[in-house]
Amino acid sequence: MAYVAVKGGERAIDNAHAWLAEERRGDVAVPELGIDQISGQLGRAVDRAMGEGSLYDRDLAALAIKQAQGDLIEAAFLLRAYRTTLPRFAHSLPVETAGMTVKRRISAVFKDLPGGQLLGPTYDYTHRLLDFTLTAAGAAPPAVPEQVATDAAGEMPRVHDILGHEGLMEADLPSDSVPGDLTREPLSFPAPRDVRLQALARGDEGFLLALGYSTQRGWGGTHPFAGEIRAGAVSVEIEPAELGFAIDIGDIELTECQMVNQFKGSKIVPPQFTRGYGLVFGASERKAMSMALVDRAMRAEELGEDVVAPAQNVEFVLYHSDNIEATGFVEHLKLPHYVDFQSELETVRRMRAEVEAGTQPAEAAE
Amino acid sequence: MNFNAANQTMSDISSPEPGRTERQHWMAVLARAGAGDIAARLADCPALPDFRRLRGPETGLVMVRGRQGGGGAAFNLGEMTVTRCTVRTECGRTGHAYVAGRDARQAELAALVDALLQDPVRAPTLRRTVIEPLADAQRARRAQTVRKAAATQVQFFTLATMRT
Repeated sequence: MAYVAVKGGERAIDNAHAWLAEERRGDVAVPELGIDQISGQLGRAVDRAMGEGSLYDRDLAALAIKQAQGDLIEAAFLLRAYRTTLPRFAHSLPVETAGMTVKRRISAVFKDLPGGQLLGPTYDYTHRLLDFTLTAAGAAPPAVPEQVATDAAGEMPRVHDILGHEGLMEADLPSDSVPGDLTREPLSFPAPRDVRLQALARGDEGFLLALGYSTQRGWGGTHPFAGEIRAGAVSVEIEPAELGFAIDIGDIELTECQMVNQFKGSKIVPPQFTRGYGLVFGASERKAMSMALVDRAMRAEELGEDVVAPAQNVEFVLYHSDNIEATGFVEHLKLPHYVDFQSELETVRRMRAEVEAGTQPAEAAE
Repeated sequence: MNFNAANQTMSDISSPEPGRTERQHWMAVLARAGAGDIAARLADCPALPDFRRLRGPETGLVMVRGRQGGGGAAFNLGEMTVTRCTVRTECGRTGHAYVAGRDARQAELAALVDALLQDPVRAPTLRRTVIEPLADAQRARRAQTVRKAAATQVQFFTLATMRT
């Protein structure tokens, strides 16, 4: 069937975009939002746009959020589009989360772990009551208490290193192999864990949350404990060819989750704890925890478990985790399908006529 | 140009973290300093030599890598913006900078200071007026974060049980 180009929408589109700009701005009697206000006061939204846009730049993410009127998937889309305009200078050395300047660090498996349980700036333990004092602008927040860190501060061993020496915790296996990169090569299967983690790190928070939740409710259950969650700043190092040594280019904020899972062992592996891993840009604990649950679920085949649930199905998860791709395919349905629909209409009319005439359809409709 | 020689001549610099050379230290400090702060510090220095840009400043991306499980094989986490610049001073010293973000002026100033710090004559003054104050401010910010976090540390205590 020939593709029929239809013209005539240009003026309508221009006018629609003018109206959109007006709606974005809102009441002009109200001061316009600054990028610094968004990056400074809507930090969690900025974190999410950076994570799903897979581009760490607070100001760009704030701009994208402003441009998208707070639609975070649209904002992530804008960031993904922008990154294609920039050359890639380098890849970093793997960031060392063990050396993080920690704002928050908790473990649900060890009460008295070295370095302690640091709550950080958390919404946990708030009462989730709307705070109407925030409607009155101008009041400075209360001063944040400070305390000289105890001897153990700065020493923040990872929880799995504490159990690791007993051999009860699955060990990390360092490797010098070059990780796959979804921004360079399309997804293919079987997808190794490096590619899976990249896809999860840029995946949709809501999708991963639902899948992680499904594993807890029995759809691929893995008996998880939040072994450790830590959030804070890590330094990023690159090794430019012209210098020949590693240089530190600045800090980024990350949230990391180590999920610890019971594992009854297999023919070759003794009973031990296995781990799921989550690492995301910014302060995004819900996303990091969900990612760790889904990462562990997708290791089912590697660990000799039955693959029975959606979260364990690598193809299902990876093909549907990207909200930019999902948006593209879902929203393309609103584009003109006039000709396709005309052909379907003809087919249904013919089938209806055949049924009403009491005859069998001559052939199955496409 | 010999970076190692430059490093050795400044072995009296006291601030680098263990395992870092002097040059790695000042590059890390400059990468975290705003353009305005670097410029303000440079204003207190003797007249700066002329320099020309060899490359940039230009903004691009670095693919940030993490480790599977936190300590295992690498994976690609996502990209970040970075701005780089290379300058050469009239004395023939080349300075490089790669700084997180998109601030072209910061990258250019950082590259210039990197070049100047390789000059053994200028280095002590620059170290004292530019690098050390910036490093102190960054250390203070980090220490404040650590103190705020320490104030949120949970102090567990055990309730006496009926059986004691």
